[in-house]
Amino acid sequence: MARLPVSGSLRNQLVVSLIGGAALLALLLFLVTRNFAAQVAQEGQDSILGAAAASILDAAAIHDGQVEIDLPYASFSMLANASDDRVFYAIYRDDTFLSGYEGLDAPANQADGQPTFQSTEFNGADVRVVTDTRTLIGADDRTQIRIVLAQTQDQLAGTLERISRNAALLGAGFFALAALLSFWATSTTIGQLKTLTQSVTRRGPQDLSAFRKPVPTEMAPLVTSLNSLMGRLDQSLRQSEDFIAEAAHRVRTPLATVRAHAEATLQRVDKAENRQALRAMVRAIDESSRAASQLLDHAMITVRADHLTLQDVDLAELVGDLVQRLTPVADMKDLDLAFQAEGAVPILGDPVQIQNAVRNLIDNALKYAPPESTVEIAVWRGPRPNVTIQDRGPGFPLHEMDTLTARFKRGRNAEGTIGSGLGLTIAHDVAAAHDGALTLENREGGGACVCLSF
Amino acid sequence: MRLPVILMLMVMPVLAYAQDWEDRRLFNPSASGTVLRILSSTDTAVFAPIIEAFVAETPETGVEYLVTSTAEIDRLFRADPGAYDVVVSSAMDLQLKLANDGYALRLNDVDHPGWAQWRQSLFAFTAEPAAIVINRAVFAGRDIPKTRQDLIRQMRDHPEIFRNKIGTYDIRKSGLGYLFATQDARASETYWRLMEVMGGLGAQLYCCSGDMIDDLASGRLVVAYNVLGSYAAARLVPGGALETILPSDFPITMMRTAFVSKDTGESGAATGFVQHLLSGEGGDGGAEAPLPPLDSASQGSTIVLEPALMTFLDTLKRRRFLTEWENAIIQK
Repeated sequence: MARLPVSGSLRNQLVVSLIGGAALLALLLFLVTRNFAAQVAQEGQDSILGAAAASILDAAAIHDGQVEIDLPYASFSMLANASDDRVFYAIYRDDTFLSGYEGLDAPANQADGQPTFQSTEFNGADVRVVTDTRTLIGADDRTQIRIVLAQTQDQLAGTLERISRNAALLGAGFFALAALLSFWATSTTIGQLKTLTQSVTRRGPQDLSAFRKPVPTEMAPLVTSLNSLMGRLDQSLRQSEDFIAEAAHRVRTPLATVRAHAEATLQRVDKAENRQALRAMVRAIDESSRAASQLLDHAMITVRADHLTLQDVDLAELVGDLVQRLTPVADMKDLDLAFQAEGAVPILGDPVQIQNAVRNLIDNALKYAPPESTVEIAVWRGPRPNVTIQDRGPGFPLHEMDTLTARFKRGRNAEGTIGSGLGLTIAHDVAAAHDGALTLENREGGGACVCLSF
Repeated sequence: MRLPVILMLMVMPVLAYAQDWEDRRLFNPSASGTVLRILSSTDTAVFAPIIEAFVAETPETGVEYLVTSTAEIDRLFRADPGAYDVVVSSAMDLQLKLANDGYALRLNDVDHPGWAQWRQSLFAFTAEPAAIVINRAVFAGRDIPKTRQDLIRQMRDHPEIFRNKIGTYDIRKSGLGYLFATQDARASETYWRLMEVMGGLGAQLYCCSGDMIDDLASGRLVVAYNVLGSYAAARLVPGGALETILPSDFPITMMRTAFVSKDTGESGAATGFVQHLLSGEGGDGGAEAPLPPLDSASQGSTIVLEPALMTFLDTLKRRRFLTEWENAIIQK
C-alpha cells in the first residue's frame, strides 16, 4: 500500500500551541507579579523616606532670621533596616546649602508637604531620593526649607530578589502544571481518534456497516461521512454482485436450451466431422454454464457472508447427499467416489453455502483426478469438524499454494483443464464466513488433499 | 646641582611623617611581607597585646600603629583614605559616617552578629561603658554617688570640695566626648543639669581619658565624668585611690569599631587583622589594661550602630548642641 502523505502532527501542533501558550502565560504571570510586588516594596520604602523627611522639616524653626533645625534622632533611626542601607541628606534654605551632603540635590516641584520621589545615583550607589519643602514664616520674612533625603536600595534589592525568586517559582509551577494538563488534554483528544482508527482497522474485510458507537461532537461529521461512504460502497458492491448473479442466471438458462438442442442434433448427425464439432460445442457450453453457476455461487456467498442463516446441520449427511448426487458425474469419467464419515457430525452453519463449497471442491477433484482412480471424501468430527477431499491428480504447485484461493487464480499446471478459477475462492470464502479454514496440501505419492474445517 | 637633590631626599621622609602623632610604633619591624598601617584612637599600651598576638600569628606581616584623636582620625582619613589600611576608633558616630560615605571595604567573609556590625563593613569589637571615676579619699565618710542625681546633689551640697576639681571631656575637641555627651543628652535632661552644676563649679576640660585619670591619680581632680572605664581600670589597683562608678540611672556603653579602608592595598592582611580583633584574642591575656570584650547582655545600654548616629554630626545640630553645652559648662 502506498504510504499516505503526512502533513505535520495534530498531537504536536496541539502540544506546541498549548505549551507555548502556557509558557507565555507563565512569563506574563512572573512579570506582572514581580512588577506589582516591586511597586509595593518601593512604596514601602518611599513612605518611610517621606515620613523621615517630614519629621526633619517639622524640626525646622526660624529664630531672628536664623534657621535652626534640631534634626530628630528618630528621623534617621526609622531608616535603619536589616540591610544597613546608607543614608544621605542635604538641607537647603531657599536653594542655599545649609548642611548635610553637599552635591545631593533634587528639585521639589510641588507644594509644601507633598514629597516627590525619584531614583538616582549618589556617592557611587543607586539611591531613592525624597524631596520635600516647608515654608517658615519669620517675623518679617518667609523662607523655604528644602530637605533632600536619600537611601540606598540594598534592602529593596534583597526584597526584590526574594520576590523574583518566588514569582519565578510560581511561574515555573504554573507552567509545569499547564504543560502536564496540555499533555493530558492532547492525549485524551488524540485518544478518541485512535479509538476510531482501531475500530475501523479491527473490522473484517466484508464489514461495511455503519459505526454506531458514540463519538465526540467534533468527530461526528467525520464519522457520518465515513458511514455514508461505506453505505455507498456497500450498495455499489451489492449492486455489482447482484448484476453478476443476474447476468450468470440469464446466461445459464439459454445455455441449457442451446445444450439440449446440440445434444438432440448430435443424435441426428452421422458425419464424423459434424459430430466432432457438435461435441466441442457441447463441451464449450458446459464450460460456460459451469463458470456462470460458479459466478452465481460466489456472488451469493459474498452477499450472504454478512447475513449467514446459521442452523444445525449434520455435516456427514450433507456431504453424503452431495456425494450421492455427484456419483453419476464421476461414473461418466470412470472415477470412484469413496465416502467415509464417523457417524453424525453436527455443526452450526449455512447448509446452502457449505454444500456450495464442498461441491466445488469435489468438482475440482473430479476434474484433475486421472481416470480409473478414486476420489476419497471423508467427514471427521475432531479436533474441529472437517471435510477432506483427496485425489491422485497432479496436486498443487508448491510455490502457488498461498495465492490459489484468490479470484480467477488458477494453478500453472491447470492449463488445458476446464475451470473458472473460482472453486477454491468459493470454498475459502465459505470457510472464512464460518470462522473456519481451508487448507491445501499435497499427498504423499501424488495428488491433492483439501481440508475444509469449521 | 647634586646637593639640593640629596637635601630633598633627606627631607622627604620627614615631610611624609610631618603629622604630629600622639604615638607611633612599628610592630614586627623585621617582617618580610606587608606592613599594615593602622589608624587608631586607642592608646598603644592598651592595644599592643592585640597587635603582638596578631604579628605572632602572621610573622610575615608588620604593623605600623598610629595613634591620634578621633576627630583627627576622621580628618586625616578623609584626606587620604589610601594611606591607611585599618581604622580603629571609639567615636562610633564618626566611624559610621565614614562607612556611610563609602570609605569602608565590605568584608563578606567576616561572620559577626548583626547588632555589632554595620553593612558588613564596620565591626564592633569591644563594649566599654562611660564611667564616673572618683578619688576615693574625698568621699571618705560619705555615700559614694551611684547615679548622676547623686553626683549633682553632692556637688550642690559641698561645692567647696568640687570647685575646679571636676573633669570632663572637652566635647569640641574629643569625638568620643561628643558621642557620650550627645547620647547622655538624648537619654535624659539630667545631663544638662549636671553640666550646669559642673560649669558653675569651674569644670576642667580634657581632650582624653588618659589625662583625666592622670590628674585624678595626682589629686588635681576629685571627680571625672564620662571617662572610659577601660582606661581607668589600668590605674585601679586594689585599695588604691580611684574608684570607677557605672551610673545606674542610665548607663551608656560605647563599642570600639574597626573597618578596612576601601582604598587599602592590603585587603587580605587588613581583613585578617579585623578578624583577629573580632576573635578577641590578645584582648585580655596578660594586658595591663584589657579591652572589655563584646557582651550581648549589655546591648540595652549600648549605643546602636545605625545611621541615626549621624544626626548629631549635622552641622546645624552640632552647632546648636555645642552652643548649649558651652552655655552650660563655660558660663561666660
